[in-house]
Amino acid sequence: MKPYIKSFFYIPLYITAIVFFSSCTTVKEYQKNKLNDAEMSLSSRKIEKTELSFQSYREGASGANGGKTGGGCGCN
Amino acid sequence: MKKLFLSVIGMYFTMLAALSQGNPKADSVYKPRKLTFEEANLVSSYYRQDGNNSAVTGGIGSEKLTDLSNSIDIKLYRYDKQDRKHSFIGALGFDHYTSASSDKIDPHTISSASHSDTRFYPSLSWTMENAKKGSTIGAGLSLSTEFDYQSFGVNVNFAKKTKDKSGEFSAKLQAYLDQVSLIYPIELRTGNNNGEDDDYATTPRNTFNLDLSWSQIINQRLQVMLDGEVVYQHGYLGLPFHRVYFADNTVHVENLPSERLKIPMSIRANYFISDKFILRTWYRYYHDDWNINSNTLQLETVVKLSPFFSVTPFYRFYQQTAANYFAPFREHTAADTYYTSNYDLSKFNSSFFGAGFRIAPPDGVFKIQHWNSLELRYGHYTKNIGMNSDIISLNVKFK
Repeated sequence: MKPYIKSFFYIPLYITAIVFFSSCTTVKEYQKNKLNDAEMSLSSRKIEKTELSFQSYREGASGANGGKTGGGCGCN
Repeated sequence: MKKLFLSVIGMYFTMLAALSQGNPKADSVYKPRKLTFEEANLVSSYYRQDGNNSAVTGGIGSEKLTDLSNSIDIKLYRYDKQDRKHSFIGALGFDHYTSASSDKIDPHTISSASHSDTRFYPSLSWTMENAKKGSTIGAGLSLSTEFDYQSFGVNVNFAKKTKDKSGEFSAKLQAYLDQVSLIYPIELRTGNNNGEDDDYATTPRNTFNLDLSWSQIINQRLQVMLDGEVVYQHGYLGLPFHRVYFADNTVHVENLPSERLKIPMSIRANYFISDKFILRTWYRYYHDDWNINSNTLQLETVVKLSPFFSVTPFYRFYQQTAANYFAPFREHTAADTYYTSNYDLSKFNSSFFGAGFRIAPPDGVFKIQHWNSLELRYGHYTKNIGMNSDIISLNVKFK
């Protein structure tokens, strides 16, 4: 594995460590107005459905984004 | 001093009353026992691509393709006697595509049966959410059918929130049981099937997928999600009409291993910068046992021009290494056990950029009360190996 690939591999670990070792505060329901904004959703938007589909066909990698990992050909 | 004290007490009770109005008790919220409409989404997309590395013609030739995709989903819900929310989603999709490369399966025809096709894909899903316990369970079925490919999918899922509802663990198990029709390039067909009838033999391709995720509220402005998947595929993983030209100029059908293990891991973080700006980020690392390693980074900034209208420019960078079995036109030899000239499995980088527009006025789009939102999104995709594509999508939501 090339060194730059290895360094990329550790990026999610670094981010995870930063996130989980920083202090998470308890947010009460009435304090969640910003988190409940439609644009703050932690999932792909419905409008991205076809984008995720063509990317899974045109690229070797897929998954971990709510897109498809099987089912349907993508033959072309 | 007494007046000041009474004023403070008065203000406190006023605020308390306001807050209690804003947060009605769970029992006072209307919970229908009968099946009730929640929302419907219509998503339409037009996609077109071009390039010169078609796998059908052995890694050379036109990749020109268009795809018109339409899908609709309807969500209904009801509460049972234990106050659990049951949601039912029915979805239906149609894709109609035209493909210049598929037309080369039989280059002697002016236009073969495969130059265009329609894919039809219905699905049904159910979830049951228990707000008291903070848990959700669900299941779903899906079907996808087109001329040369049939897929049947089934999934079950489970989610559980932490006691303070700041974190949620979820797990999803999926299986796709597919059948690939063996439509070989015309010059490689043997026996009686010379393309004059549609009675092709089929072979299975199965995919099993376990998806585990953890979402966490960090503070009032930041939330993140970690997602890891294990995907195992078994069966015929190539496509029978992908040609491979060897160095000795003989032509063969793509041959790939019958198993593939994929491991994607991602992190998503959304940050509410201000009432005007929201930053959405996503990173994925991917590895599979065909030796493809990949990194993907996507950044989006939601710019709220008003509380009901937003513009979202986005950029996505993707990079992958080549699969062990890839080689360009006329570079494979008879010594290779597995071989493909499909450039989707080659080494490349890609960029995808564009913008989305979303309008969601409180009194409905064009004052139509149930028309909740209208969203339009355009993106341009380019690979550094000469392939380009454009996609425009529309999402209409009724609530």
